[in-house]
Amino acid sequence: MGHGAGETRRDFLQLTAGSFGAVGAGIALWPFVHSMNPAKDTLALSTTEVDISPIRKGQSITVMWRGKPVFIRHRTEAEIEEANAVSIADLPDKQDDAERVKKDKDQWLVLVGICTHLGCVPTGQKQTETRGEFNGWFCPCHGSHYDTSGRIRKGPAPKNLALPPYEFLSDTLIKIG
Amino acid sequence: MGSGERAEFKNPVVSWIDERLPVFSMMQQEYGVFPTPRNFNYFWNFGAIAMFMLVAMIATGIFLAMNYTPHVDMAFDSVERIDRDVNWGWMLRDIHMNGASFFFIAVYVHIFRGMYYGSYKKPRELLWILGVVIFLLMMATAFMGYVLPWGQMSYWGATVITNLFSAIPLVGDSIVTLLWGGFSIDNPTLNRFYALHYLMPFVIFAVVFLHVWALHICGSNNPTGIEPKGKQDTLPFHPYYTMKDTFGLLVFLVVFCVFVFYAPDYLGHPDNYKEANPLVTPPHIVPEWYFLPFYAILRAITFDVGIPGTEIVFISAKLGGVISMFGSIGLLLILPWLDTHPIRSARYRPKFRFFLIVFLVVFVMLGYIGSQPADATLFGAPLTLLGILSTTYYYGFFLVIIPWLNNTEKGKDLPKSIHDAVLEDAREAAKG
Amino acid sequence: MMFRLILFVAALTFLPLHMARASGGEAEPLVHQHWHFSGAFGTYDRAALQRGYKIYREVCASCHSMKQLSFRNLTDLGYNENQIKAIAGEYSVEDGPNEEGEMFERPARPSDSFPAPFANDKAAAYANGGALPPDLSLIIKARHHGSDYVYGLLTGYEEAPHDAHLLDGQYWNKYMPGHVIAMAPPLSDGQVAYEDGSPDTTQQYAADVVEFLTWAGDPHMETRKRTGLKAIMFLVVFAFVMYAVKRQIWSDVH
Repeated sequence: MGHGAGETRRDFLQLTAGSFGAVGAGIALWPFVHSMNPAKDTLALSTTEVDISPIRKGQSITVMWRGKPVFIRHRTEAEIEEANAVSIADLPDKQDDAERVKKDKDQWLVLVGICTHLGCVPTGQKQTETRGEFNGWFCPCHGSHYDTSGRIRKGPAPKNLALPPYEFLSDTLIKIG
Repeated sequence: MGSGERAEFKNPVVSWIDERLPVFSMMQQEYGVFPTPRNFNYFWNFGAIAMFMLVAMIATGIFLAMNYTPHVDMAFDSVERIDRDVNWGWMLRDIHMNGASFFFIAVYVHIFRGMYYGSYKKPRELLWILGVVIFLLMMATAFMGYVLPWGQMSYWGATVITNLFSAIPLVGDSIVTLLWGGFSIDNPTLNRFYALHYLMPFVIFAVVFLHVWALHICGSNNPTGIEPKGKQDTLPFHPYYTMKDTFGLLVFLVVFCVFVFYAPDYLGHPDNYKEANPLVTPPHIVPEWYFLPFYAILRAITFDVGIPGTEIVFISAKLGGVISMFGSIGLLLILPWLDTHPIRSARYRPKFRFFLIVFLVVFVMLGYIGSQPADATLFGAPLTLLGILSTTYYYGFFLVIIPWLNNTEKGKDLPKSIHDAVLEDAREAAKG
Repeated sequence: MMFRLILFVAALTFLPLHMARASGGEAEPLVHQHWHFSGAFGTYDRAALQRGYKIYREVCASCHSMKQLSFRNLTDLGYNENQIKAIAGEYSVEDGPNEEGEMFERPARPSDSFPAPFANDKAAAYANGGALPPDLSLIIKARHHGSDYVYGLLTGYEEAPHDAHLLDGQYWNKYMPGHVIAMAPPLSDGQVAYEDGSPDTTQQYAADVVEFLTWAGDPHMETRKRTGLKAIMFLVVFAFVMYAVKRQIWSDVH
């Protein structure tokens, strides 16, 4: 393509047309991509309310939230003590137990029950299941051990078990999400 | 495609790839410098437009499939969920729904252009046949796609069309049971239609590839119907026709968008917003508009063919209807051998042109007849009569008029070359 | 020549389609109403939607389900989150099973769909003398000229002619195909008390509920039209640019 005066208008026109094409194609792409994001009905289902009154001390229940298991454990005094006795500096993912529970409700531990390594569900919810070396949870896929605060202590997982957003609506009712 | 010499590329990456797999050379030869008759009119846009619509249908279809559930209990609701809850789902669905119609519009114009300018004649017979095959595959794909939303028209349209096969003597009923995977249209039918509806567009794509390949072997026809005789008759495809096709496509898309965004349900049928109910047939079943002419031919045959005065029936009305419907498309397949007139373009064949335009009117008339209830009338005449007359003309055009014109029509004098024709047109335009 | 031909084909193709639509059953031709949502720039009237929803809740919902809608959709009507929670809370829905395996009732949440008046279609038909009250989620889209048709139906009840023989539980409606309808006249003047001072008339009720039902079937209409305007404007400008490019390129040929 030349650069003479007569060619300037042609260059400009073709450049304009090219930009229109590129912009149009770009904009048209977005609805396709965005259609793969969570739909409105999926987003609307993002809260779950759980009645925790039937969970006795030392027991755990698993509820579904956003298609994932959420562990709710009613901890014993011994378990709380064990969680607080650890030296934070020695932890792979340094977090105090107090940061992982609600104030004055430290008997209740609410966790996303998915191993932070590669997404398996750790065992330890039932009394009969193995709870690993730190009396919390144990992921059978690649051998990650979590303690009574759900913190990673040993194994390949990089992070502590995640905390879902939740709040106490009353002493016996929590809303997750 | 893919034969011939390699082009030179400045970009080293392009050059490196091209030495090993000459895709760039191929594109350059087939879409870059490809010699194309210089006198195309806007009718020649519709091949590219149809191609674009095919790609648009596949793209929207894949994303719709990600949200669709092919189960009789959930299909209808999953489509509603796409419309209501999936991000931009309403738009993808409206594009897909109306895209089918606009794909057919483009293809109908493309086919008519081929008939008008004699594009099916030697040496383009196979090119034409591949085109008819694409048309048939499109019909099958569209029919199965229409079943997926599982509305009343989906269900009853599928019932009526699959029942056509029961007209086949002896094995008809077994074939229908096989198609259904049961004893009525049900979940197995929906599942297989979904699987095939997803597969077929890729088959179409493959046949389109062959269609384009064949086109690039013999080159494009043009409005004069005479072959290019040298460089003065052709232009490189790019930029002349790439730019012209893009412009035509944009105009087409404006019309398309009017339907998608302002009348998305205009070409559909309200009954398909009622969930399928095997116990209640809608009072008036109609296929989608693009099937209506063929539906009218199917319904036109209301009499048995046999020995008059006896009970002997060779072809029942039902089988007769099915044969005439499939036959009407079959005629397109043999058109290159029916029309052996040496002049291609209707521009230089006034008689052929006249009968072809009557054919177009009759075809649209058949579409109207197909849209009406079986007992309807037009200006007092029963539509069944008009249906049989139109069907007769349809067949007569191919089997009587065209062969008759082969021997009787002399035609006008052809221009010496495309170049001459273009100059002549320019002179005419300057005068007028 | 070819432009004339294209126009000709287009006219021939669309004319019969239009005629196909115009010819209907034996019912009286519909009167075309002027709707707030008609036309390329039409939008839903939020106040009418809210009134229409009130009519649906207090009148239609005793027989007709709207299973495609959820309380959360009511944001489109101009309600805020707390208002929707309050509305949903007035209904109770079945949930479960709980830890003991029992189904239980709980107040509805915004994510719940509108509760249906009957457990299933059979129950609905049985309670209505054998005639199933159709789901109203898509009633406007599922009828030719749905808005005008439903409005006509709601206001089209008449004394049956002498020669008509109606069974028990059948009524005469001039817009119903075949005239015989199993739904008793649902609306009457003064039946529902409006809070915004709109007239308490059958016509007003019918118009409002049609606005609501049209929205229910086509909740994205406003976005659709807005997007369409942008898309078409973009394409038209692009087409002009492309035409100029094409002319430039072809200028040395012609």
